[in-house]
Amino acid sequence: MKIKSILAIFISCIFAQSAYALSEAYKNNIYNPGQLKPVDSVLKVKVGQEAPYFILKAVRGGMISLKDYYGKKNVVISFVPAAWTPVCSDQWPGYNIVKDIFDSNDAVLLGITVDNIPTLYSWTNQMGKLWFDVLSDFWPHGAVAEKLGVLRSDGVSERALFIIDKKSIIRYIDVHNINQRPPLEILVRELEKLKIR
Amino acid sequence: MMTAICFAEINPPQAGGVFPEIELLKSSNPVDLTYLGLSGSGIFKIQQVKADVVIIEIFSMYCPYCQGEAPNINNLYSLIENNPALKNKIKIIGIGINNSLFETDIFKNKYKIAFPLVPDEDFKLHKIIGEVRTPYFIVVKLKGGKTEVIYSKLGALGDNKAFLEKIIKSAGLK
Repeated sequence: MKIKSILAIFISCIFAQSAYALSEAYKNNIYNPGQLKPVDSVLKVKVGQEAPYFILKAVRGGMISLKDYYGKKNVVISFVPAAWTPVCSDQWPGYNIVKDIFDSNDAVLLGITVDNIPTLYSWTNQMGKLWFDVLSDFWPHGAVAEKLGVLRSDGVSERALFIIDKKSIIRYIDVHNINQRPPLEILVRELEKLKIR
Repeated sequence: MMTAICFAEINPPQAGGVFPEIELLKSSNPVDLTYLGLSGSGIFKIQQVKADVVIIEIFSMYCPYCQGEAPNINNLYSLIENNPALKNKIKIIGIGINNSLFETDIFKNKYKIAFPLVPDEDFKLHKIIGEVRTPYFIVVKLKGGKTEVIYSKLGALGDNKAFLEKIIKSAGLK
């Protein structure tokens, strides 16, 4: 019994240590929430249906709507759960060096979290100059995430990717394990599928 | 008991110590293999690199500081490769933490990196080397199949010439 208890503690300790390669760019300013329930919401949309309308405040100022890209660009939406957390902080900076991939697939990227604009401004400043827009789904809190079915029970969004084509049709959804970064190659492969449609 | 087990974490290799026997994936690019003095496919160990000193950069394609540091490391590579006295003695390897081969290739192409980048997709190597933040640099001296860490530090290298002088001195290179 004692050995079983020790083993259980040992295993829980191993899994409590979230392995992530956190950039020194953030110094000691990252809050580590530990391992979370991989998915904590129920999708309200599906591939093939029209994406719901939304308009959100952008960190660079002004409002951005999905309609802005209708008939012009494919749209990749990257929801990340929260600013100043481990995996999220090491996701968008990777997208920041692959603008050419988005361009070659006639796509824009919109990063969204439920954080407010000042928080997003401070956080994304640590990532260098981002080529894509970052939007705040802070108020009404998580309304867009809720509309899509990616708002978790604790008020943050899932780590989720949506690809929406030029006709506003959802072509790909990945509600990813919140503790892990989605592999870039899968997103690229899905984007390239839009070319052959 | 819980505290004791939880704090039994692995620290990064420190100067004066040995470098852990990690297994790295050989590149399929013949240029990378020639650079490291390797052949064939499969895995290799740092001790098998044909050099006196190996500079290991622990990085991630997703790390903004690693992206910013890339031109500086390219400059370090050029300083070594353009110096006949160092060219065959010092080699550089990058290990991309939680990066797939697809992702390390993107980083390599984006920053025109000439030295090999090895993916560590599932954090296997990262755990062995102490779950360091990125970029992290470890310099290993090789001699007779043994390793000795001569530099181990988080963050940018700073002045490349000063860094090279330091490791040349620490490794006893002439």
